[in-house]
Amino acid sequence: MQSDRRPASFYWLAAFFILFVAFLYGPMLTILILSFQGPDGGLTFPMNGVSLHWFTTLMEGVGVVDIWSAFGRSLRLGIVVMLITVVFSVAAGLAYRRGFLGAAPLFYIVVASLIVPSIVVSLGIGLGFRLLDEQIMALGYAWESEAILRDFTTSMGLYTSGLGAHLTWTLPFGLLIMFAVFNRFDHAFEEAGRDLGASPWQVVRHVILPIIGPSLIGVALFGFTLSFDELARSSQAMGSYNTLPLELQGLTTTVTTPEIYALGTLTTGVSLLVIFTSLGVVMGLQRRRRRLGSDAGKGV
Amino acid sequence: MRPRLMPYLQAAPLSLVFALFFLVPLALTLVVSFWDYNEYEIIPAFTWMNYREIFEGCVADLPELCLTFKTYLSTLKFCFLVWLFTLLIGFTVAYFLAFHVRTLTVQILLFLLCTIPFWTSNVIRMISWVPLLGRNGLVNDALMDAGLVDEPLEWLLFSDFSVILAFVHLYTLFMIVPIFNSMMRIDRSLLEAALDAGASGWQTLTNVVIPLSKPGIAIGSIFVITIVMGDFITIGVMGGQQIASIGKIIQVEMSYLQFPAAAANAVILLAVVLLIITALTRIVDIRKEL
Repeated sequence: MQSDRRPASFYWLAAFFILFVAFLYGPMLTILILSFQGPDGGLTFPMNGVSLHWFTTLMEGVGVVDIWSAFGRSLRLGIVVMLITVVFSVAAGLAYRRGFLGAAPLFYIVVASLIVPSIVVSLGIGLGFRLLDEQIMALGYAWESEAILRDFTTSMGLYTSGLGAHLTWTLPFGLLIMFAVFNRFDHAFEEAGRDLGASPWQVVRHVILPIIGPSLIGVALFGFTLSFDELARSSQAMGSYNTLPLELQGLTTTVTTPEIYALGTLTTGVSLLVIFTSLGVVMGLQRRRRRLGSDAGKGV
Repeated sequence: MRPRLMPYLQAAPLSLVFALFFLVPLALTLVVSFWDYNEYEIIPAFTWMNYREIFEGCVADLPELCLTFKTYLSTLKFCFLVWLFTLLIGFTVAYFLAFHVRTLTVQILLFLLCTIPFWTSNVIRMISWVPLLGRNGLVNDALMDAGLVDEPLEWLLFSDFSVILAFVHLYTLFMIVPIFNSMMRIDRSLLEAALDAGASGWQTLTNVVIPLSKPGIAIGSIFVITIVMGDFITIGVMGGQQIASIGKIIQVEMSYLQFPAAAANAVILLAVVLLIITALTRIVDIRKEL
C-alpha cells in the first residue's frame, strides 16, 4: 500500500485537472449566462439586464429558418438512431460472442467507419443516393411510369440517407461498448441458464439482457446524443430537410443576437437532460441489482 | 443447423448497414472520381481529368506551392499542433485520473465530468468561444483593463489560434479515453517495482508508464488526426470561413454539383489519412489492445 500522504505531484496534477475542467465548461457557462441577456443586450458581456427575452423570440422562430421543425426532426431521428443502434449492436455483440466467418473483416470495417473522415462518408452517401435517383428516373422513362416521372424527386431523406449516415457513426461506438461488456461477461451464467432448461431466447431475455442492461443504456446514450448533435456526416446526406445542427451551423454566420445563445442553451439542455436521465437510470439499475442480487459468498 | 446460423443472422443487420452506407458509398466515390461531368450532369466516362486538375501545376511550379499543396500543408499544420496539445493535455489528465485518484467512484465521476461535453453539440461548443474571444470579449476586456494591450487583439477569434483552441477544446477527450484505458491496464506492481528499484517518479513515468500507454496514445492520435484532416466545420466556424481545408474544398465542390471533382479530392484525402494511420500502426501494434 502507498502511504496516505499525497506526493507534491498530486497537487500539481489536480490543479491541472481543475483548469482543464474549467476550460471544458467555462465557455459553455458564458453562453448559458448570456442567453439570459436583456432585450437590449448584445453578443458579449456586459449583461444588459436579465430576461427571458431571447427565449421568447426563439419561440417565434429565427428569421426564415423554421428552427422548431428542425428541432423536431433531430429529436425523432435521434430516437430512431438510438433504438436501431441498441438493437443492432446487441445482436452483433451476441454474434461476436459465438464467432462467425468474417468476424474480423467486419470488425475492421466498423472501426474504419470511425476513422474515415466524415466528409468522405457523407459525400459517398450523398453520391450513392443521387446515382440511385438517376436510376429510378431512368426506370420511370423506360416504363413510362406516370407515378415516377411526375411525383418522384429524390430518394434522399432523413430516414434513408440521413439515418444511414448517422448509423455509420453511432454503431461503431455501440459495438465497441458491447465488446467491452462481453469481454467481462462470464459464460457460466448462460450455461447455468441452459442447464436449467432455458431456450436460447430465454437465455438472452432472462440472463444476458438483465446483466448487460446498464451498458445498453450507455449505448442508447451514445446513439441518441451522437445523432442529435451530428453535423459532419449529415452535411451531404440529409436531402431537402435539415437537422438542427445543420441549421445551427448556418445560423452562426447570420444571427447576430443572443437568440443563438438561447438556442444553444436549449439544445445543451436537451442533451444534458438525456445524459443525466441515462446516468440516473444506470445508477438506479445498479442499486436495484445490489439490493436484489445474490448473497452467495457473503457468509452467514 | 440453427445454432450455426444464428450468429450470421445476429450480425446481418449491422453488416448490412455498413455495406449499404459505408462500403458501397466509398466504392462509388472511387468510381465517380474517374468520371467526367459538366454543369448539368455526371457523365460516366473514364477520365483522369479530376485528378489532373487537383494537381495542376503542382510539380511544375515547385518550389512555389499550388493550392492543393498549400491546403494540405495548412491542414497538416493544424493536425500537428492539435495533436501535440491534445496529447499533452490528454495524457496529463488521464495520468491524474488513473494514478492519483484513489477510489473507483471518484474516478468514474471525474471521468464522466470530462465526457459530458462530448455528448453536447459541437457547434454550440464552438460558438461559446465567441463572447470570450471576440473584439469586445472577456479576454480582450481583461487584457485592456490590466493595461497589457492598448487595443483589442484581433487574432483571438476567426484565426488559426481560435481554430486550434476549438479543436483542442472539442477533441482532447478522444485522447483521454484511450490513454486512460491503457493506463488502467498497467499492473500497479510494476510501478512499485520501479520505485523499489530506485527509480524517481519521472523515471517511472518515462520508462514504465509512457511505454505501456503507447497503444492508447496511438489510438487517440489516430482519432484526433483523422478528425482534423477531414474537418470543415470547426475550421469554417472558428476560422470565420476564411481558412482553407480539404474538407471545405470537398463541401464547396459538392454544393456546385461537381461530384467527380469532390470525389477525387475525397479519394486523395482518404489516401493521405490512411498513410498517416499506417505509419502510426507501424510504430504501435494496436490490434493487441482491442
